[in-house]
Formats: sequence, structure tokens, C-alpha cells
Amino acid sequence: MGILHLTGAVYRAIRAHGEETYPHECCGALLGKSTGEGWRVEKSIPAGNTRTDSAHNRYQIAPAELVKIERGARQQGLEIAGFYHSHPDHPAQWSPTDFAEAHWIGCSYVITEVADGKAAVTNSFRLAGETEETKRFEPDTIILEEESIGRPGV
Amino acid sequence: MTIYIPTPLRVYAGGQNAVEVDAPNVASALQALTASYPDLRKHLFNGDGKVRAFVNLYLNDEDVRYLPGKDASPVNAEDTLSIIPSIAGGC
Repeated sequence: MGILHLTGAVYRAIRAHGEETYPHECCGALLGKSTGEGWRVEKSIPAGNTRTDSAHNRYQIAPAELVKIERGARQQGLEIAGFYHSHPDHPAQWSPTDFAEAHWIGCSYVITEVADGKAAVTNSFRLAGETEETKRFEPDTIILEEESIGRPGV
Repeated sequence: MTIYIPTPLRVYAGGQNAVEVDAPNVASALQALTASYPDLRKHLFNGDGKVRAFVNLYLNDEDVRYLPGKDASPVNAEDTLSIIPSIAGGC
């Protein structure tokens, strides 16, 4: 199990993004640095959901936007640590679609359940393994830098 | 030219986030990259030797798939090639 450090600001931002786009899925990137046992996320970058044909249960970030996000990360001395998206009225667990479409091995995929427009549970899953053929999701432990806003997953 | 390596593949590129190669076009640049770092090959290409469907290649800000010359498009020393695995999913 890996450890994902999130600042309170990032935690609040990604959950608020899910509420803003409800009943559609939100998505974005997480920028940070490797800690050896996981990631310390310093920034979240909201992205557009290009799956306008089925935005209530699908998301996709345009590759061109990803190129710009990664360029920005490099300029700030950060890496793409992972991505986030929301599950409107659906549990904060990875789905078969999430797994099939996950290709950033070693990165964290943060999922927030948004129930009736309100952010509920937020979980994170590390895409472990070495190749497409051996990849698997493993749960991350989320550690918030600001404890006063409450624990994730509650 | 400079090839930018995404987070998941850096471990197979000596830990680097960018690799300099000298090549006349995109395909040659990828060949030069994987010649230097053979472990990258199975992550970038399928069994038929084609770039995996979920691997996006951007020459500067242009998707290589939509360039007139595709991966035969010429490159120069100032160009950048970004390797960007796709991001998608849903509940």
C-alpha cells in the first residue's frame, strides 16, 4: 500500500471540482514529488472532460491538454503524480472502465464519490505492476497535511 | 531533439524525464530512444511493433497521428517529442 500526501487545499479543490461538474464527472491532474513510498501532491490542475457524449459516467483528458500540464509541471520542478476524477452518485471505487483505461503505472488515481451534488468519500488507488499485462490497482493511504478538515474516506 | 518521458516510463529511461536523440524523423527518434533504453520498447510498442493505442505522441504541440507525414515527419534539434499515455475512465 502506498501513501498519498495531499495538502488540504488540493483535497478541497478536487472535491469542489466534483461538486461543480455534478452530475458530470470532473477530472484533472495531480502534480507533486515522489516520496519513495508514494507521492506528495502539491498542486491539482483541473482539466476539461472531453467525454461530452457520456459525461455522467465517463471522463477523458485531451492529450494536448496533458502535454501542457506536463510541460507546466516540468517548469515547476514537479512531476505528474497522478490524476483525479469524480463518480457522480457512484462509490469511490475504481471501476472496470477505470482499470482498462489506466496506463500511468506508479501514479495515483484519486476518486471522489459525489452524492446528490455533495462530495462524499475520496479514495486513492495506485496503479501498481510493471506492464499493461501485470498492472493492478492497490489502495493508497491518503494523508492530509491539514488535519482540521477531516479525514478522507469518512 | 528532446524526447520527454512520462512519469511511469522514467524508470526504464535511467530515471530521466528527458532524453536527447539525434534523428531525422519521429520514427527514427523513437528507434534511437529504444536502442539506448531497450526496456522502453515493450511499453511503447505492441507485438506488431506499432505504437500502443493508448500512447500519444506529440511533436511540439501537434498529435503525430494527425501530421501529414505521421511518424515519418521530419524533426530538428529544437523539436520536442512528448510521450503521453492516455487518461480516461469512469464509473
